[in-house]
Amino acid sequence: MNERVAIVGVGWIGFRPTTPELSYKELMYEAAVRAYNDAGVDPRRDIDSFVTVAEDFNEGTSIFDEYVPDQLGGVLKPVHTIPGDGLHGLISAYMLIRTGLCDVITLEAHSKASNLLTHSEVTAYAQDPVINRPLRLNTHFVAGLEMNRYLHETGTTREQCAIVVTKNKYNALDNPSAAYAADLTVEDVLSGPSLSWPLGMREASKPADGAVVMVLASEKKATYLGDKPIWILGVGWCNDSPSLESRDWAQAVYAQKASQMAYRQVGIASPNQVIDFVEIDDTYAYKELQALEALGFCLPGEAGVLTEEGYTTPDGDLPVNASGGSLGMGHLLDATGLSRALEVVLQLRGEAGRRQLKDVNVGLAQSWRGVPTTSGAVAVLSN
Amino acid sequence: MGMRKVAVVGAGMTKFVRRAQETPKELSWQATHLALESCEMTMDDIDAVCMGTAPDAFDGIHMKGEYLSNGAGAWRKPYIRSYVGGGTGVFVPIQGWYHIASGLFDVVLVVAEEKMSSYYPHAQGAFLTIFDHTTERPLKPNLLWIFAMEMNRYMTTYGISKEDIAPVSVLHKRNAADHPCALLADPDITVEDVLNSEVLAWPVQRLDVSPVTDGAVTIVLAAEHVAKRVTDKPVWIEGVGWNLDTAYWTNRDLAYPRYVEYAARQAYEMAEIKEPRKEIHIVEPYDPFDYKALHHLEGLQLADRGTAPRLYADGTAARNGNMPVCPSGGLLGVGNPIAAAGLMKVAELFWQLRGEAGDRQVPGQPRRGLAQAWGDLMQVGTVVIMGR
Repeated sequence: MNERVAIVGVGWIGFRPTTPELSYKELMYEAAVRAYNDAGVDPRRDIDSFVTVAEDFNEGTSIFDEYVPDQLGGVLKPVHTIPGDGLHGLISAYMLIRTGLCDVITLEAHSKASNLLTHSEVTAYAQDPVINRPLRLNTHFVAGLEMNRYLHETGTTREQCAIVVTKNKYNALDNPSAAYAADLTVEDVLSGPSLSWPLGMREASKPADGAVVMVLASEKKATYLGDKPIWILGVGWCNDSPSLESRDWAQAVYAQKASQMAYRQVGIASPNQVIDFVEIDDTYAYKELQALEALGFCLPGEAGVLTEEGYTTPDGDLPVNASGGSLGMGHLLDATGLSRALEVVLQLRGEAGRRQLKDVNVGLAQSWRGVPTTSGAVAVLSN
Repeated sequence: MGMRKVAVVGAGMTKFVRRAQETPKELSWQATHLALESCEMTMDDIDAVCMGTAPDAFDGIHMKGEYLSNGAGAWRKPYIRSYVGGGTGVFVPIQGWYHIASGLFDVVLVVAEEKMSSYYPHAQGAFLTIFDHTTERPLKPNLLWIFAMEMNRYMTTYGISKEDIAPVSVLHKRNAADHPCALLADPDITVEDVLNSEVLAWPVQRLDVSPVTDGAVTIVLAAEHVAKRVTDKPVWIEGVGWNLDTAYWTNRDLAYPRYVEYAARQAYEMAEIKEPRKEIHIVEPYDPFDYKALHHLEGLQLADRGTAPRLYADGTAARNGNMPVCPSGGLLGVGNPIAAAGLMKVAELFWQLRGEAGDRQVPGQPRRGLAQAWGDLMQVGTVVIMGR
């Protein structure tokens, strides 16, 4: 068994609202070449196994895993696909290395969201075909319902949610990979059109194209691959009820249970004392606040107040989404969680450029798979 | 430090049927419930859940894994779906194996579900979208065509006739007559029946092909210390292997499945098997078409290239032969609910190695078995070796 697993190489391309000159295969190839160069590996010689992340409907191709090996260097190698979030892929690669069967693994996730004209109509196909689909519920409508319940139960305000948008889009101004950076005021956000009350259109992340590839290695290989191994201290993941009828609408139970699992592995009793910064789900602005509470950084109802007080800005006590998050960088479909983890790696390596946080040693990445799921994952990383 | 040992301790499956009235969630739960009952466990004993199910297009449900999660028993538990096309059914136990072998969990549910009847008029329609959107889809190929090409290539390369291949279908469908969950069992089928059946895409005829099926299978995996506590007869996962070839299937020789060979070699190495023909006592190769069982036996190194039909001609493959092939009845007989069909083979090894296979029981107390699946664009091989 390999006890410790590190991320020894990262590569990415994007993130942009549209990429007409590159196919998804070319995006994957570009990101993979950069990751292999970063780790100093030859995929045909050094990589034992490959894990890719994709959902058929997002790709417009059934059995999409057919099309992944060539551009990654994975032909005639052990390759498998996780139809989940990029963090689920990271977790799968982590487990596979821990077994001792593999030492070095390539992990890939991508988004060619610009191929989808109406993403919310694709995600509407994720609803229960018997019970929910006849009601023709739009994806954003379900998010609006959840936001309404969250505001109602916690006393959080629409203004506090809008501050998440201004903060993340402002952070993204320092991130050259961000697609939707902007300097907005709370007024700008709240005066935008409504998406599904109380959810405003400017509080929803917009899709972007891109690909993220990472190389993971066991401890014995990590010592001579790459310069700055980033260690995976703990992982957790969880599904709550997929039924709209029987879930907790105010709290992100899946994120709470996933983080508890990860904290148990790391030995964290109080995350505020150990974790220096977080990159978490902000598919919709309210999700960032809901996640902060679920992850145990504050009590329900406190995240909005803390955000108002500047606690979560890059200069605050707990920088949240210093990268710009999905609101600033763009939502990368199945690669979203992996782009959060990518930022954690860059920050821990001290390679985050103008948005580099000072004295950071432990970071957390968290993902949510979007409406209508209650599926989330957490990874705690350290340098 | 060696690898953590993982055992199969329970298994359950639904009946395989053409049009199930149950929803995909309900099928998943039926199989899961039976598997838990078989080892006297409840959901409280389960640490995590792994899900295997093939294209979302069958059910028309985006993120089908998320939809199935509570049916599979994953409410408020760690849950990940894995996917390698048709190979998924034998990959998902590998996924379960790495969950436990990683040291993160002690007891994991492995669920595979497929409901192909939702697709109207026929599940083949879902396969029209598996081809490359630029180079292949405009030609409107379907699966029967491309497998007819592969079958033709296999027959031509080695001089094998339809009469050599038909006994596979006959044996498997007869074996399935003893399986209580089987869909297409026929104790009286003959080679002539196969050769006289309707031609679908030459050389593929109707009785060369497994049927479109609905069904679900669940197994329970446990770490060594738990397995020894809950059962006297744990069946250990001794070797795993999986391998994916290029997406450009038109560029390779279809006569021989190299990816199956590589997957098998990975599994043999882990199981420390030097002479597979002596050390594997039961084999459940993937048999969606009759020629595929032969193709795969060769890839698995259990027959020389072009000679697998002899195993059927001389009785080696029979249930009381030296190396029984598909004693369950395989996909040709029991049915082919894609992911569930692969896991059915793993469940069959579990029952056979424990001596619990009833009328299907292979004589001579077999000690070791191999299950294999195949999928994508004739591209992926997945192998699990299990032993007492």
